[in-house]
Amino acid sequence: MSFIRKPKIDLPSERQNEIGLLKRDYEGGLSTLCAGCGHDSITAAIVQAFWELSIPPEKVIKLSGIGCSSKTPAYFMSGAHGFNSVHGRMPSVATGAQAGNRDLICIGVSGDGDSLSIGFGQFGHAVRRNLNMLYIIENNGVYGLTKGQFSAAADKGSRAKRGDINQWKNIDPVSTAISMGSSFVARSFSGDREQLVTLLKAGIMHPGCAILDVVSPCVTFNNHLGSTKSYTYTRDHYHPASQTDFVPHANEIRASYEEGESIIVELHDGSKLLLKKTDSGYDATNRSSVMRYLEQQRARGEVVTGLLYINAELPEMHKIYRTSETAMKDLEYEQLNPGSEALAKLQAGMR
Amino acid sequence: MSEIRVNDFVLKIGTVNGTGSASANSLLLKALFRMGIPVTGKNLFPSNIQGLPTWYGIRASKDGYMSRSLRVDILVAMNAQTYQKDMQNLCSGGFLVYDSTWPRERQLNRDDITVLGVPLAKMCNENFSDARIRILMKNIAYVGVLAALLSIDTKVLRTLIEETFASKPKLIESNLKAINLGYNYAMETFTCPLPIRAETMGDNSKHIMIDGNSAAGLGCVYAGATVGAWYPITPSTGMMDAFKAYCKTYRIDPETGQKNYVIVQAEDELAAAGIVLGANWVGARAFTPTSGPGISLMSEFIGFAYYTEIPSVFFNVQRVGPSTGMPTRTQQCDIMMCAYASHGDTQHPMLLPANPYECFEMAVQAFDLSDHLQTPIFVLSDLDIGMNDWMIPELSWDDSFRPNRGKVLRSEDVEKLEKFYRYLDTDGDGIAARTLPGENPKGAYFVRGSGHNKHGMYTESSSEYKDLVDRLLVKWETAKTLVPKPVIKSSAKETRLGIIAYGSSDGAVLEALDMLATKGIHFDYMRVRAFPFCDEVTEFVESHETVFVVEQNRDAQMRSLLILETNTDARKLVPVLHYNGMPIPSQCVVEGVCEHLQVEAVA
Ligand SMILES: Cc1ncc(C[n+]2csc(CCOP(=O)(O)OP(=O)(O)O)c2C)c(N)n1
Ligand code: SF4
Ligand SMILES: [Mg+2]
Repeated sequence: MSFIRKPKIDLPSERQNEIGLLKRDYEGGLSTLCAGCGHDSITAAIVQAFWELSIPPEKVIKLSGIGCSSKTPAYFMSGAHGFNSVHGRMPSVATGAQAGNRDLICIGVSGDGDSLSIGFGQFGHAVRRNLNMLYIIENNGVYGLTKGQFSAAADKGSRAKRGDINQWKNIDPVSTAISMGSSFVARSFSGDREQLVTLLKAGIMHPGCAILDVVSPCVTFNNHLGSTKSYTYTRDHYHPASQTDFVPHANEIRASYEEGESIIVELHDGSKLLLKKTDSGYDATNRSSVMRYLEQQRARGEVVTGLLYINAELPEMHKIYRTSETAMKDLEYEQLNPGSEALAKLQAGMR
Repeated sequence: MSEIRVNDFVLKIGTVNGTGSASANSLLLKALFRMGIPVTGKNLFPSNIQGLPTWYGIRASKDGYMSRSLRVDILVAMNAQTYQKDMQNLCSGGFLVYDSTWPRERQLNRDDITVLGVPLAKMCNENFSDARIRILMKNIAYVGVLAALLSIDTKVLRTLIEETFASKPKLIESNLKAINLGYNYAMETFTCPLPIRAETMGDNSKHIMIDGNSAAGLGCVYAGATVGAWYPITPSTGMMDAFKAYCKTYRIDPETGQKNYVIVQAEDELAAAGIVLGANWVGARAFTPTSGPGISLMSEFIGFAYYTEIPSVFFNVQRVGPSTGMPTRTQQCDIMMCAYASHGDTQHPMLLPANPYECFEMAVQAFDLSDHLQTPIFVLSDLDIGMNDWMIPELSWDDSFRPNRGKVLRSEDVEKLEKFYRYLDTDGDGIAARTLPGENPKGAYFVRGSGHNKHGMYTESSSEYKDLVDRLLVKWETAKTLVPKPVIKSSAKETRLGIIAYGSSDGAVLEALDMLATKGIHFDYMRVRAFPFCDEVTEFVESHETVFVVEQNRDAQMRSLLILETNTDARKLVPVLHYNGMPIPSQCVVEGVCEHLQVEAVA
């Protein structure tokens, strides 16, 4: 399939965001994925989230690995630079991009195959560096692009379309990221637009590596009875652990909330996350209790969603490195080159 | 034996890994250097941290020969384990210095050498109380012994020690004491100086001593590189160490403590390559130093960078392969791999420095070429260049130099265009303009390793695919005009014989040319400095009847590359190969050439 440009039709009724852009200014090329693919819903949510946040598209870089999921950066924000890299290696390219220009807003799209098999190492190290980016894993339990093999995210006992039963324990990106010391871990479902948009916005604004695992059914290879990544299974076992409200810095928190029922997390730009506990006692800022909770729910076969863990205080990569506030690519050559005098002086010690 | 030989000797010190002999050896090297004698120092060390034998060889050559010499005139045997082997390696008439604190087995004697015992451990135990200092000073004491034996200027030694330990006066005292212990013992016990000796000679003040890794790291600083990504691997590690050290000196804001550089120690070489691509994509200059195994891992990304046209600089400090091979030994064995690294039709410019001077120079050139050509550039040095101590002309810098960032359209340039197309070559040099993320939505484009056309859009069209890869060939032709030209040294006499070499084989060839000239055999010599080959390279091959290709690998990789890329008759390219992991000596060149020409090799 080749690339098809989406016709842009002016609808006078469309609303502008704070910087005067319409939602379609955040759209990209026409998707070539299968009709009904969960990934397309995530793309739509990404468009919505960036539009709502009024982020200029040119300030954004969108990167991906290889897979159906990794194709999607072509389908949103054509005004942003994109980088469809190699299989499993999106995080390293994002690391370099962030190293070279820390002012960019970075969104990485990956798949469960891309991040949990071939790219498991790079996934872990993006978390470890707390790279300032939103890292989305569009999780369908299979390798969509290579026609439906089980991925490492497939649950043990789940059934493939042709009947094979998966014998291997799954790798859960959420508990893996939390145990690695991640600063932001969330899970959502491509079918829950409202939650997804909120979590995307929270992840974009989070000053560090925001891991967002999104169950995103593959309608062609993994949406049948016996699959634990189908629309039906996910809806039946859908279990939000907390409900998040994203409050932009300009807005006051107006919603009334019961003392002790919510946690407010302030992000560095002044925006706030309001975490309402739906399950009693769920505390997304307490790592050990989160791990215990996730384990309980896993045993019950529940798909726990929501902002599951957050620590907005963990320093991101540049803070640890003490990198200059000026982006590397914007430093003047004169600031970088020590000059002939320094060279002569240095060499005096080499004799 | 008694014939006096001045400023023409090889000194070898055998020690145990991890006993701190490095500062003693560097003291010796620098003393000879300051006496104005051309000198080089080469390490021979095991792939091990502590406890195994290691050697350091110093060659002093009044004629300026820099290659490894097979001859050893004086051997300081500090390692009892290798004593016997060390003795065997001495040339006839040579001198063996050993620590006579403990008795030496009689059967280890050789009639044609002179054995000089010095109770180094005993002296140091009597004069120093701290255990660690005793071990270190034993090394410094042999420097004192050699100063007496070789007539090394003790004033120079004193100054060097005072400079080295300027901030630690206590160490100055103990070092000088150790020097004197060795010096006085030798003066009292032996006939000093030996017939083999040093003498103050020319002026080395316009030269420096440096290793290639330091020079390359420094080059990256001067080139304006801001992002370095790497995964540790011998023998390239020293390059990132150097880059970091120089950045700490020159790139930290004294007021804020903020860094004008980012060094990422990646999780592996795959990631290091990805980081380099990402940083260059957004407009920073980024590089990675590695060695052969690292390039293997980076290969997928290298092809990606070639096809998507992302500048990127890869330093390959070559070591003995395949696989882990002999990681602390040298070879020129990755020529073929780097020239065509990755899958699909790929080819990459390579720069081939012959010494640390060129490591510095070519590091700067590599970034300019990479930005200009928007393609990966390889700089191939090796362990011999990277980790050994070379005497080179002092480095200079032109302050009016500004980097060539190539065709980069900034926000205001994009604004003037009706539409921006990423892969559209508008002037026929095969290079299209790029934009940088974060600047202008009009300049936004999508980097993809899948098929793309000149407008930067996805394609599966046969003709559009072909158009793009054919343009990359046009770029390749442009590259030929930009890479460093070969250095050609024409014979004084008319000859139909040529020699081609590159990189660290240069020294051996230069010395061999003189040796062969005394036999009446004359050659034109071309040192290839880059790939793709420019016209001069082809012309040289064409204009000689027989061309010897000297290199340090088993499979004659440069010869293969010449055959492939110049369409020359393979039969006229005669391989001269050295690949045992030690730097190539001149004798190898002489023997290889003579064997082919059926002339008796010069002794
Ligand atoms: C080095 C390499 N190996 C194998 C492939 C083939 N391949 C392409 S996509 C893919 C799996 C993608 O799975 P996932 O990340 O889950 O994406 P999905 O298609 O399911 O969204 C594989 C194995 C490749 N492109 N590159
Ligand atoms: S194969 Fe599956 S993952 Fe790929 S586009 Fe189709 S539905 Fe989506
Ligand atoms: Mg998948």
